[in-house]
Amino acid sequence: MSDELEKLFKEMAQSIIDGDSDISVELAKKSIEMGVPPLDAITKGFVVGVNYIGDQFGAGEAFLPELVMAGEAMKAAVATLEPELIKLGEAREIMGRVVLATVEGDIHEIGKTLVGTMLSASGFEVVDLGVDQPADKIIGKALEINADLIGMSALLTTTMVRQREVIEELDKEGLRPRIKVMVGGAPITRDWATKIKADGTSEDAVGAVQLAKQLVGKE
Amino acid sequence: MQPKLSLLDDALISRILDEAYQLMLKPGIKVQNAEARQLLAEAGADVNEETQVVRVPEQIVRKALETVPREFQLYDYEGKPKVRYGGDAVHFDPGSSGISVLIPETLEHKTAETADLIRVIKVAESLPQYDAQSTAVVCHDVPKDIHDLYRLYLVMLYSKKPIVTGAFTNQTVHAMIDMLAIFAGGRDKLREKPRAIFDACPSPPLIWSNFGAGQLIELARAGIPAEIVSMPLAGAAAPVTLLGAVTQHAAECLSGIAIHQLARAGSPIVWGGAPAIFEMRKGGTPYGAIETAMIDSSYAQVGKSLGLPTHTYLGATDAKILDMQAGIESGMGFLVGALSGVNMISGAGMIDSLLCQSPEKLVIDAESISMAKRLLEGMKIQSETLATEFFEGVNFKGGDFLKQKITMQLFQKEQHLPTKIIDRDSIRGWKQGGSPDTFTRAREQVTEILASFSRPALDPVHLADVHVLVLDLAKKAGMEELPRLDELAPA
Repeated sequence: MSDELEKLFKEMAQSIIDGDSDISVELAKKSIEMGVPPLDAITKGFVVGVNYIGDQFGAGEAFLPELVMAGEAMKAAVATLEPELIKLGEAREIMGRVVLATVEGDIHEIGKTLVGTMLSASGFEVVDLGVDQPADKIIGKALEINADLIGMSALLTTTMVRQREVIEELDKEGLRPRIKVMVGGAPITRDWATKIKADGTSEDAVGAVQLAKQLVGKE
Repeated sequence: MQPKLSLLDDALISRILDEAYQLMLKPGIKVQNAEARQLLAEAGADVNEETQVVRVPEQIVRKALETVPREFQLYDYEGKPKVRYGGDAVHFDPGSSGISVLIPETLEHKTAETADLIRVIKVAESLPQYDAQSTAVVCHDVPKDIHDLYRLYLVMLYSKKPIVTGAFTNQTVHAMIDMLAIFAGGRDKLREKPRAIFDACPSPPLIWSNFGAGQLIELARAGIPAEIVSMPLAGAAAPVTLLGAVTQHAAECLSGIAIHQLARAGSPIVWGGAPAIFEMRKGGTPYGAIETAMIDSSYAQVGKSLGLPTHTYLGATDAKILDMQAGIESGMGFLVGALSGVNMISGAGMIDSLLCQSPEKLVIDAESISMAKRLLEGMKIQSETLATEFFEGVNFKGGDFLKQKITMQLFQKEQHLPTKIIDRDSIRGWKQGGSPDTFTRAREQVTEILASFSRPALDPVHLADVHVLVLDLAKKAGMEELPRLDELAPA
């Protein structure tokens, strides 16, 4: 790798670590001008930054705003590179397709949105349906985009039971194990996830990315 | 705007001072130091040499109050100002006068020795919440004659912070000042930039002992800051009412200031104390009681009304281990002290009233202090508009504020980030970490601090000189050698 290229990749990673969307977009444009393969820009540049900040967060060294801003900077960079990828006929390898939603009757979404940001930043294609989503909407969207994963959030003990309903519905339709299910939210424990036969749960957004990678067999 | 607690209104402060002046005339102040009596007599006080009772007229005190500095600083080893006595500045130091230390493994209150004091000093040195060191425990492995100066010696070896200390005799105070003067480069330089302040204690009720008054005189003449530690015990050695105790405190302090300023006008002195209510079931002095804190807050307000620098004893607990009682009493104490704008709040690390020091409690108290300091910072205006500018681009979605640059820029200015002493983890994360309670977390933190501590670099010539001075005094006290301090390079 030339020194110049190495420097560019380092700057790309740094722009993500700094959570600076302006600079990440600028560097993405510069890489196109330089003729750097856009996939290289993502995997050797920007993703390194996302992984770093994710590790730092996991270790308690980075904070939520940094994590979210890194995710946003990553999204912006990838969006800039996307037309070039299409032009070259090289799609970025999609880690998997995910439908995210907060279950019916529940309007809490900060955690779920974070998971969405981190999943996109890590190469997943994410459709976030938002809050208060009934089972048929969630499953319908999963079928429509040929999703590998459904991620469901619930903050209330009264709404967490809805997670089970979605899973039961998926089972009834024979959609599992083709579609994997991850559940999350403040009251959700590993025991609960096992009990309702979800495929996994995670404490935080960084863990959710690891879990999602595992579930789609990419780790 | 620094938030403030005021338990007294102006009229009540006037009444307290008025009655304090009355007490100085009747029954008067018992002054057991001949030189102090002479100073007061020369100034026009009515002295009864037989009973040693002095009727101190108001004008002597008024005159003294005119010459007391309203403000002064303590300096660190480098000569940088670190502690401001005056105004509403708030600082913290570990409580002193401990005779034992809490052994975390056994929960024993063990008689303190050299190694224990060194542990306390290292922990206090490493925590930025402590603006000054104290000479926190007496080391029982050295002879009594050098107990006071030996504590200071250890602090000087392991710390660069300012020091709140005190002598146990009217002779050793000079040795201690000499020790500090070696580091400062002479007594004159020490006077210019004092690193330490010395306690001087009246004995309740209304007594200045030979020793207490002697300290006032020696310190005033040396120009080294003095801190009056008046200790009315409400219901036993002072009136049972909180206001009665505050009034007695004022009389003891005002008479002390008179003696001090007569010895040398303009020397710095602090309106301080360690009062308590008296416990009517067990007969103790509960330093964790809310009423104790109320006396402290009130006398500080009286001192401030006179424009004087202030000190108090808060943040200690009567609990014997680091349990919830310890947390309740210490946390409330720090809060009351901080909100009262007391310049130096001593007491951190202490359990069992003021008898036992604990490095583990020092790290827990540091978190209480951080919370109190955050409260003192108050509500800050950090942005042009309070809220409206934050809503640009926010689309009725929770979590959107996490994406804002300003969130990242400001959150650490708005939120104090506690160490792992404060648990805010999820139940799952907490369990994964071994389900540690506060005490366990504190023990881990103390272990980490001690493992990473390195003794500050000090001038080797000064060190050698202090060592010679202390060794000489130790030999006179019957020791052949000073205890071996492993980390110390040969002097």
